[in-house]
Amino acid sequence: MRRIISILLENEPGALSRVVGLFSQRGYNIETLNVAPTEDATLSRLTLTTVGDDKTIEQITKQLNKLVDVVKLVDLTEGAHIERDMMLIKVRASGGAQRDEVKRTTDIFRGQIVDVGPNVYTIQLTGTGEKLDSFVAAMAEAEILEVVRSGVAGISRGEKVLRL
Amino acid sequence: MEMLSGGEMIARALEDEGVEFIFGYPGGAVLHIYDALFKASKVPHVLVRHEQAATHAADGYARATGKPGVVLVTSGPGATNAVTGIATAYMDSIPMVVLSGQVQSHLIGEDAFQECDMVGISRPIVKHSFMVRKPEDIPAMIKKAFHIATTGRPGPVVIDIPKDATRPDAKFEYHYPEAVKMRSYSPAQRGHTGQIKKAARMLLSAKRPVIYSGGGVVQGEASGLLTELAQSLNYPVTNTLMGLGAYPGTDRQFLGMLGMHGLYEANMAMHNADVILAVGARFDDRVTNTVSKFCPGAKVIHIDIDPTSISKTVQADIPIVGPVHSVLSDLMEQVSQMRKKDADLPDQPALERWWQQIDEWRGKHGLWTGRRYGENEHIKPQQVIESLYRATGGNAFVTSDVGQHQMFAAQYYRFNHPRRWINSGGLGTMGFGLPAAMGVKLAFPDADVACVTGEGSIQMNIQELSTCTQYNTPVKIINLRNNYLGMVKQWQDMQYEGRYAMSTYEDSLPDFVKLMEAYGHVGMQVRSLDELDAKMEEAFAMKDKVVFLDIFIDPMEHVYPMHVAPNGSMKDMWLSKNERT
Repeated sequence: MRRIISILLENEPGALSRVVGLFSQRGYNIETLNVAPTEDATLSRLTLTTVGDDKTIEQITKQLNKLVDVVKLVDLTEGAHIERDMMLIKVRASGGAQRDEVKRTTDIFRGQIVDVGPNVYTIQLTGTGEKLDSFVAAMAEAEILEVVRSGVAGISRGEKVLRL
Repeated sequence: MEMLSGGEMIARALEDEGVEFIFGYPGGAVLHIYDALFKASKVPHVLVRHEQAATHAADGYARATGKPGVVLVTSGPGATNAVTGIATAYMDSIPMVVLSGQVQSHLIGEDAFQECDMVGISRPIVKHSFMVRKPEDIPAMIKKAFHIATTGRPGPVVIDIPKDATRPDAKFEYHYPEAVKMRSYSPAQRGHTGQIKKAARMLLSAKRPVIYSGGGVVQGEASGLLTELAQSLNYPVTNTLMGLGAYPGTDRQFLGMLGMHGLYEANMAMHNADVILAVGARFDDRVTNTVSKFCPGAKVIHIDIDPTSISKTVQADIPIVGPVHSVLSDLMEQVSQMRKKDADLPDQPALERWWQQIDEWRGKHGLWTGRRYGENEHIKPQQVIESLYRATGGNAFVTSDVGQHQMFAAQYYRFNHPRRWINSGGLGTMGFGLPAAMGVKLAFPDADVACVTGEGSIQMNIQELSTCTQYNTPVKIINLRNNYLGMVKQWQDMQYEGRYAMSTYEDSLPDFVKLMEAYGHVGMQVRSLDELDAKMEEAFAMKDKVVFLDIFIDPMEHVYPMHVAPNGSMKDMWLSKNERT
């Protein structure tokens, strides 16, 4: 099952490599990885998605918690949560019909065309990983030139917070 | 406030930490530190002949004393040579602090002379690591390193120190912190009371209980409590390879080691148990055999300080995370309260039947009830360990290397005290035994220290014979010589139709007696059983000499019992070359 694990990590050199290294060392998957500073300069927030059975996920969360640089951790998929992945996708768009079709599909997905060239559109789209996958699938007819995704970021719904 | 350079702060901090020995080897990147040690430090430094030996010596010291071992090595090859020893300590949860030199900060990343990314290389084999960015951080960093290495599940911690952080002309205020607090590191202090109550109930309801204890009981100083609990209940106890000595090896309730080369009665009792109390053990693959067939009728109570050890391979029915000492003490309390309320607990007739069954297993194939190994014109390796046991009154510190000799020692030297059996269990590091024995001997100069080894393993760190001379560590080396890499040969006998691929050295072995003499030590050959005991006693009577007993044993001997693998369960064992359960 797919899980979104979000971590408050000490903003120390080498901290990220310990997290990533743990996954390769123990043979766990990382599907997406997103990491950035928080409002507290001493902490980074790292969110990753992984796939595994319950036993594997339990080991992953325990092993992550064991890392000295991991301050706190939550498996967002255990409760109601919001997930967002951001994609920038560059597609071939030349000729009226093709440009119209790409624009229409972008509108349907509530994406934005953020850069326009004579033969390309660059589209920005935000949503769940699934939504972004669907968009890529919907663009199958067009020629995709480049895809960049931020990786999933996530947060719990309601009062629940991940903080010190 | 006192002003010290980075190098001086390291020397002083180690002193303030109460470090008794530094095991190390100098080199360019650590010369400022060595100069500071030379000028000021009261902590003796042991100069090894190879950095791997520094880590093993520190490791042996740590296992024997319970205190952290300290290692100091230079950058690049100094650091990489230490890696095997760090991994060895990591796998067996041994507290160790390794200070590695690093090239100057401005050269990092430029492939400078003797540069390697030690923090990166060691990452998967340390509990934690630090790199010094600012010299003024050194005291707090060292304090943190010792704190992390010694608390919770112990393990090695690396501090990588760029040379410029230790330069003598830059001085800083020195203050060694009394304590550390880290928001991201707080190992459990107590077990969960509700879980402990449930565990007590389950333990007392058992009809066929086994207590399975591991290295955590030794590390956690809980041998006394474990013994008390087991004896108050009259429950059988088995120890892992790492746990030997945690329960008295000569006691009637002790079943011996379990696992791949565990005793028949220990593996049979585990397989047929209805309740297993696992304490400070991790259900290693050398214990469980095929996990899906592991102890089919057993409920498992699992006590461990490390949550990741629980339900990693075998699902625990009652997991308890906490220090084994505190959890066992709470568990004892619960057990005694429950027994006060109900004097019939545990079920005595059932327990009696269980002991009858165990005694029957013991009588049938037990290693300690009558001689279980065949005899011929050769000395048997088992006889060597029995002779060692007699010569040392069962009280020696025994270190070992890795292979058949290690298993024979584990099976036949019946350790009655914790911290006396010192071997590389998790990583299985050949070359561990001699340097580890040096570390033990330095800590306990008056004790008998024996290194049980083979002619394969001993040659992996034999250069340390020179260190033994320099620091006067008169250890006894018991070489079980069969002229083969014995365990490799055993597997080749059993699984490769006796094709001995690269498991022998023809006639290229050194004359160990002459080699010992070259180092200023004593070497003796033992070729027949008649002289074994006398030579063994003679060796241990030479209190101030390193003595190497080169004992020619039966080259065809195998270690039994041995789990049938793959797809075997705990009860599936080879008992001899042609007999299996």
